[in-house]
Amino acid sequence: MPIPILKLHNYLLISIQTEIDDITAIEFQEDLLDKIYKTGATGVVIDLTSVEIIDSFIAKVLGDVVAMSDLMGAKVVLTGIQPAVAMTLIDLGIHLQNIPTALDLEQGLIKLHQELGD
Amino acid sequence: MKPQSSCVTIQKEWDIVGARHVARDMAKTLGFGTVDQARIATAVSELARNIYLYANNDGQIYFDMINTIDGKGLSIIAVDSGPGISDIAEVMQDGFSTSGGLGAGLPGVKRLMDEFDIQSELGKGTKITAKKWVR
Ligand SMILES: Nc1ncnc2c1ncn2[C@@H]1O[C@H](COP(=O)(O)OP(=O)(O)OP(=O)(O)O)[C@@H](O)[C@H]1O
Ligand SMILES: [Mg+2]
Repeated sequence: MPIPILKLHNYLLISIQTEIDDITAIEFQEDLLDKIYKTGATGVVIDLTSVEIIDSFIAKVLGDVVAMSDLMGAKVVLTGIQPAVAMTLIDLGIHLQNIPTALDLEQGLIKLHQELGD
Repeated sequence: MKPQSSCVTIQKEWDIVGARHVARDMAKTLGFGTVDQARIATAVSELARNIYLYANNDGQIYFDMINTIDGKGLSIIAVDSGPGISDIAEVMQDGFSTSGGLGAGLPGVKRLMDEFDIQSELGKGTKITAKKWVR
């Protein structure tokens, strides 16, 4: 099942609610870039509140999505990373250093507003 | 009674998801906290994906609950009859990948779990044993 992408003004909002397998992750990457291109969105919030596991593959896809969106002119903020997920990412040696994050969807939107000024 | 042991055969991509569900269920049953449950499920996801990617979809993950006087824990054994690994030290380095991945899987599993052992023979396959103890 594809991950739904909602449009709100200049922003795209995604709340990942299902377990992500590799194929879903890759499809999501393509869908999102396509949607950024078609809508001219300047900001994207990906909410991970319901995501219970991020392994190296999913982490790579998320990192790539942020970098690719950036190339297309859309800023991505990741929100709602669970404490257990944050800890396993560090064990994996994945630091997501240059990726903007926020506590929840609302904070993510505020962050986009501040950084993009729209 | 929940099963004390279980085995997942890794043949298709979705089996990776199946394996991590089994891992989380067993970890929960054993009384691991949420963070350790996530660590165990993540480690299993890495091992299962490696079988899927590198071992011609020919491998299994065995789960065994350990309950002895030494303590309670979960043993995970990933076995495959893939090509094997020629240089173990190399694949255990952070960032080493032959598939354009992050190269975080194997060194990550070692850090996520309490015990880790890898044995491999070229042309025969690979066996990785990892354990986590309930604290
Ligand atoms: N079961 C296996 N059989 C044969 N080779 C393997 C096996 N598991 C891992 N390897 C080799 O070891 C390398 C390192 O594995 P590791 O899981 O650490 O990183 P990766 O799979 O390349 O990337 P990531 O796991 O971060 O997505 C792999 O690129 C592959 O060449
Ligand atoms: Mg791997």
